[in-house]
Amino acid sequence: MPRYFTQDHEWIEVDGDTGTVGITDYAQGQLGDITYVDLPEVGAVLKRGDAPCVVDSVKAASDVYAPVSGTVTDVNEALGDEPELVNTDPETGGWLFRVTLADAGELDGMMDQAAYNAYVAGL
Amino acid sequence: MSDTYEIDGANDGADEAETPETGTLPLDVWHRARGGRMVEFAGYWMPVQYEGIIAEHTWTRESAGLFDVSHMGQLYISGEGVEAALEAVLPIDLSTLKPYAPRYSLLLDDQGGILDDLMVTRWNEGFYLVVNGATKWDDIGHLREALPDAVNINHLEDSALLALQGPQAFAALNRVVSGENPLSALTFMKGGQFKLAGVDAWISRSGYTGEDGFEIAIPAEAAAEVADLLCAQPEVKPIGLGARDSLRLEAGLPLYGHDLSPETSPVEADLAFGINKRRRTEGGFPGAERILAELANGAPRKRVGLNLEGRQAAREGAAVFAGNEKVGVLTSGGFSPTLNHPIAMAYVAAAHTAPGTALEIELRGKRLPAVVVPMPFVPHRYHR
Repeated sequence: MPRYFTQDHEWIEVDGDTGTVGITDYAQGQLGDITYVDLPEVGAVLKRGDAPCVVDSVKAASDVYAPVSGTVTDVNEALGDEPELVNTDPETGGWLFRVTLADAGELDGMMDQAAYNAYVAGL
Repeated sequence: MSDTYEIDGANDGADEAETPETGTLPLDVWHRARGGRMVEFAGYWMPVQYEGIIAEHTWTRESAGLFDVSHMGQLYISGEGVEAALEAVLPIDLSTLKPYAPRYSLLLDDQGGILDDLMVTRWNEGFYLVVNGATKWDDIGHLREALPDAVNINHLEDSALLALQGPQAFAALNRVVSGENPLSALTFMKGGQFKLAGVDAWISRSGYTGEDGFEIAIPAEAAAEVADLLCAQPEVKPIGLGARDSLRLEAGLPLYGHDLSPETSPVEADLAFGINKRRRTEGGFPGAERILAELANGAPRKRVGLNLEGRQAAREGAAVFAGNEKVGVLTSGGFSPTLNHPIAMAYVAAAHTAPGTALEIELRGKRLPAVVVPMPFVPHRYHR
């Protein structure tokens, strides 16, 4: 399944009209120990660039932006007890929420894995 | 993703204006070589973390952590009339200050607002002051203006300052230190001259974590050698600013620029112990009128500790509510690694400061329940 990346270090993996969203390994490394994840409500309608989710680390709280517009269909309930999954497994088990894509065209112009790796290498 | 709410930031509350080039401290290369993630803090590049804030926090509570606090200002104040002159600017009673025993004090403005908090130690004919890094230049200016010309202010810029903190700090330091008196002669808030890695070291049993531990002033050129020697002890790891902040928060210790400022008085800040007994009757320090009135009648608001339920931390600036009434504001807040839940410090209207009082903290449109609790959140373990 194709995976896309934003300059703000979110990833979205697309399966049909559903996208699963998380933050990248680089992002979790920058944030440090994650202690809480404030997840959106299922059913919330997001516009691309909204900040429906907040990741709390010991030192800061950080917005996670919606990489695409859509409706939240699912959130990662496991993070309630184990927010550290975002540190230990950010790009798989530490996913944050799922959305139905309102406009698949929004994926155009986002980075693929290789482009994102190059982007991070330049930071 | 973005660090929109980050609060630790560049300088502990000093002017945001016109920061000159970021300075480097004597251990700059040392921190980088050890993998410290460097951030700008108080005008210097400093390590925010090495292996991770929670791991470093826990290591300090269980073993011993080495902190570089060389950004802080070390001053030696001396000259004719120094004692009376310092009592005119600080609410301290120097007549009861024994040599080599640091005491906490407060630099106050004429309205009783806090310009800085500091440590004062009698050294020979003068006084050794340790002030906050972000405020040191303002402090020097303020002191120069306030002290008579016969009193000298010597900024000890060639001195580095380290802190070794934690239950194993004594064992680690004792192995490598020598001196006329044994290290064990020092109890909490006592200091003395020692030798460490072949250089003179001023060591006091004090710190900013709530743990037993030491603060160690050494010549800047020997800082790396001393840091290497201490970190070669199996009990010791280097610790960054991130854990320093979470440790001091658990210990209930205020951070200047966040929990203390010119807008807060010592009584509001619950630091009345910094107004020494004789000065309470005699006055004669900046802001005495207001402070003595607050000591007698209470202050309109007070710095309190708050326990939060759940895991979501609230941070500096969040409003505190009692029902629909806004009764205060958070000045520090974060997740407590030791307690495994969020804690905070807030200034709250006096009517709502009794331990057990249920309050709410507003956070991004939600209300988080919180309860007033006594501080420290985590008991101090000083060696008295």
